[in-house]
Amino acid sequence: MSEHAIRAEGLCKQFGEVQAVRGLDLRAGWGAVLAVLGPNGAGKTTTVRMLTTLLRPDAGTAEVAGYDVVREPRQVRAHIGLTGQDVALDENLTGRENLVMLGRLSRLSRVAAARRAGELLEAFDLAGAADRRAKTYSGGMRRRLDLASSLIASPPVLFLDEPTTGLDPRSRRGVWDLVKGLAQDGICLLLTTQYLEEADRLADRIAVIDHGTVIADGTADELKQQVGVRRLELRLAEPADFPRAAEVLRDAGLLAEVPKPPDASEPPVIGVSADRPRALPEAVRVLEDAEVLVVDATVLRPSLDDVFLTLTGNPADQRPDMDGPDRDSREGTR
Amino acid sequence: MSTLAAALDSARARAKRHPTGALTDALVLTARLLRQVLRVPEQIVFTIVQPVLFVLLFRFVLGGAIDVGAVDYASFLMPAVFVQTVALGSALTCSGVAEDLHRGIVDRFRTLPMSHSALLVARTLADTVRNAFTLLVLALVGIAIGFRPHGSWPAWALAALLLLFVGYVFSWIGVLIALLVRSVEAAQSAGMTWVFPLIFLSSAFVPTRTMPGWLQAFSAHQPLTAIIDAVRALLLGLPAGSATSRALAWCAGILLAVVPPAVVRYRHRSS
Repeated sequence: MSEHAIRAEGLCKQFGEVQAVRGLDLRAGWGAVLAVLGPNGAGKTTTVRMLTTLLRPDAGTAEVAGYDVVREPRQVRAHIGLTGQDVALDENLTGRENLVMLGRLSRLSRVAAARRAGELLEAFDLAGAADRRAKTYSGGMRRRLDLASSLIASPPVLFLDEPTTGLDPRSRRGVWDLVKGLAQDGICLLLTTQYLEEADRLADRIAVIDHGTVIADGTADELKQQVGVRRLELRLAEPADFPRAAEVLRDAGLLAEVPKPPDASEPPVIGVSADRPRALPEAVRVLEDAEVLVVDATVLRPSLDDVFLTLTGNPADQRPDMDGPDRDSREGTR
Repeated sequence: MSTLAAALDSARARAKRHPTGALTDALVLTARLLRQVLRVPEQIVFTIVQPVLFVLLFRFVLGGAIDVGAVDYASFLMPAVFVQTVALGSALTCSGVAEDLHRGIVDRFRTLPMSHSALLVARTLADTVRNAFTLLVLALVGIAIGFRPHGSWPAWALAALLLLFVGYVFSWIGVLIALLVRSVEAAQSAGMTWVFPLIFLSSAFVPTRTMPGWLQAFSAHQPLTAIIDAVRALLLGLPAGSATSRALAWCAGILLAVVPPAVVRYRHRSS
């Protein structure tokens, strides 16, 4: 068994003028979930496509399950499953036919492919629709069938490229449960995401990438410490209480910033710094003592924007979509 | 960790090359394409309607004005329509490959430890099955409008095999075009345009002796004339001369010229 399930060093890929990935390093161990977190155009999809032998890197090396992605693509392919951003199904075939076909093409025997397809249809709550054409499936069902397809050969390394983008909250939760279950089987899972929350819940390690390179790497807690100040927002029942609330919170050292008195049109909300433990109960207690009624409390988690703001000094604004050229490269570049 | 160990073992087994692996891949994918045809029957209906209209047009509208000598026009026409049908079949191959290439599913195939050219082989095999079906229906239509093949049974069998082989070879031209153009729309028109000049500048619908000299020279030395002459001679029991061997030589030459670049191009596009 190779030491790392995924190991990439100095990966580079350029599309025309656009340097999509520049000197990217990644490592993931067996039984680990690695989240690659970054905004649109950061180079996530390009990285996944290089690691799954769909794109040849311009420079750098990468090994998956101990096999070189350029020199030993066949071995790599035998070890991986990929669920890309586009649903990759034959819509004229039924769910079961899709799975059996992909199982056969993954070199499973006819019997093994049929058995595995049955198991997956059951596990992904598709048994009832197994013999209907994929064309008739809802978006969530297609996504589930697509995920099931990448598991047909029980690959030891699984790549999920933005597996929950475009899913409703219930389906998203289903994908999360699935990922957790897979990680317990000891396989290695790399998933890309734009959501810090998703990376936080699922991943053992998070690699934050921006402009095609890793800008931070660590556990969710390590990254959050770098992001720093969390805050609470408390909504008061009476706008008239606002000055008093600001005063007692300032005295308690809990005020996040110099409060701005609310307009008549806005609800009276006051920001509380939450970087020390027990900030919420303390804040509520001092306000209670001052007879200020709090009707709502919101914990503001650090968002991807906050991570980027901290790590790069720039917000993760809408950049030109650099994952676009990946798809063009499929048609053109030789 | 036992699950991981098992997954790694089976992955290693799947990475090994199997002597029959590529064939299995091609057959699995051929089955996929034939299922598609059965599920979307409109396509095959139009594949048949078009040559039938063509037959009716030439037989009843234009045919009366064309003098083909001793043979009746229906019998002269049908072999050419058979060849035209398998040649135009390559346009369907072309759009089919182009559509596959622009779907996510090709990426999935490319991440499997399967034979890469299997996708292309499967497409040409499935289109050969489709051609066989279309030819059968067309032959029945031909007989209904007065097509009387006077050749022997073995000669008909040989003609049928030659037609299927020609269809197979031409479908690889469609594959190559699909891999060279950038969009499905371009593939749809490019896959068809090269057929018409070749078919009309051949012995398909009019005897070549009525053409100007320079055109006769072109027509005599292009593949479709050789193929049509061979099929016509076999079906009608006429002397074929060197037409059959010239037709086979053209097919072999085209196959050699088209398959390697198509396979290489497909691999390039995958990296």
